[in-house]
Amino acid sequence: MTILTVGSSHAASPQAVSKPLTFLEEVEAATPGNSRLSMCIQCGTCGGSCPSAADMDHTPRQIFAMIRAGLRDEVLSSNTPWFCVSCYYCTVRCPQEIHITDIMYTLKRLSVQARKYDDSRAPDFSRQFITWVENYGRAYELGLMSLFILRHNPFGAIRMAPMGMGMVTKGRLDFTPKSIKGIDGLKAILAKAKELEVSNEV
Amino acid sequence: MKYSFFPGCSLERNAAAYLQSTLAIAKPLDLDFQEVEDWNCCGATEYISLNKTAAFALIARNLAQAAKADGLKEMAVPCSACYLNLRKVDKYLGEDARLYKNVSTALAAGGLSYQPGSVTARHLLDIVINDVGYSAIQAKVTKPLKGLRLAPYYGCFIVRPGFGEWDSQEYPTSLDRLLKVLGAEVIDFPMKAHCCGGHMTQVSEATGMEMIRRLIKGAVDYRADAIVTVCPMCQMNLDAFQPNMNRFFRTSYQMPILYFTQMMGIAFGMDAAALGFGSEFISARPVLAKIGVEAPPEQPAPKKSRRDDKSLPMPKMGEQ
Repeated sequence: MTILTVGSSHAASPQAVSKPLTFLEEVEAATPGNSRLSMCIQCGTCGGSCPSAADMDHTPRQIFAMIRAGLRDEVLSSNTPWFCVSCYYCTVRCPQEIHITDIMYTLKRLSVQARKYDDSRAPDFSRQFITWVENYGRAYELGLMSLFILRHNPFGAIRMAPMGMGMVTKGRLDFTPKSIKGIDGLKAILAKAKELEVSNEV
Repeated sequence: MKYSFFPGCSLERNAAAYLQSTLAIAKPLDLDFQEVEDWNCCGATEYISLNKTAAFALIARNLAQAAKADGLKEMAVPCSACYLNLRKVDKYLGEDARLYKNVSTALAAGGLSYQPGSVTARHLLDIVINDVGYSAIQAKVTKPLKGLRLAPYYGCFIVRPGFGEWDSQEYPTSLDRLLKVLGAEVIDFPMKAHCCGGHMTQVSEATGMEMIRRLIKGAVDYRADAIVTVCPMCQMNLDAFQPNMNRFFRTSYQMPILYFTQMMGIAFGMDAAALGFGSEFISARPVLAKIGVEAPPEQPAPKKSRRDDKSLPMPKMGEQ
């Protein structure tokens, strides 16, 4: 069990830490800036402000208690971060100024790395979105939507068809992805970033 | 007033109406936009869900590209998601030394560098309201939006996260005032800063549809003629998915979703076709008719090849 200490451990370099990180420390270290996660007072303002809390396995408050309790597997297999719509209501209302939305993104990343979340729709949507970005430098809606729907909801494609057709007739879809000029430079940047993300992972 | 300009992927095509109307109103308001050279996608909310360093480097490349434009520190951003991402990355690069080191190393691999704080991303609404100002806008109004009841809709990203504050996070009013200056009647829209659901329509249909329903119903309850938005993602969710939402809940809402720049253009007496009207799913025709503005000619509706009901296709007797 972790003893809660005020202040964040993220500033300490991972190499300097001799004993293995607790799950709380791991989440704090993987979140940009100072997440203030250890300051949670379990008031529940986050869940009470959340527009999609009704569909979550655990409210954000419960997730934070579970992180402190070191329930790594339970937290990373919860659907909670994947139902975060990133609206930041919780973040601005939190009396302890915890960066809740950023922590939800961290939990998404950790759960993908640990392969814990069994519903692949949300992670796949993110993956397909960024595949276009990584190869062309721009998002590509037609490619994203058609591939994603075919893979995850082929029968729903019929329901989506009128919307897709509307996008086409209203001139709101590109038929081919656009590429930026500096795509080679961008690819080099992203490759280097991914390499650093792995080598610095804590 | 000159700014560098970051349109974002949506405005290239899906939200072309937003780009068109933005450029149309820029001229009379004396706003000069210089597009960031060879910008890339900001990664929306997707890249950060998978890889922190790469997501930050992707966005930092845009900041580095924008910083190349000499003498232009401020960057106008019409898309709320791009705006949030650009501001967030600039802020965290200044605060998190290890992240900054990694992102700098990654940028160097592509021959770029960026110093946090060199570029300030500002949302287009912020620039219109605080740099141009209400009185300068009022002076340009030749066709007041008299008799229109409008619901101002801010969404999440421009007011909430505290990466740059110029309006209340809970109860913003800047767009309300702008629409009043244009001569419209503005409803006190209780859902004005609620979320449109982002990508939930794709990831969890029931969640996404419910979030859209709340917003549309909120505006209908207040007898709004249209919802006015500042974000291409909000526009797409509320407009393009509104027919799907109606099917999902068996409702029949018809709430037009328009960009604030389109409403400004109309109030400045510009031609509706030059402001991108006509590309919306829920037609803005009734809104324009109410203030006596001619709508651009309707595009032919796609031929209906499928029945809407879910029963199996059966041979049918003549329906005479």
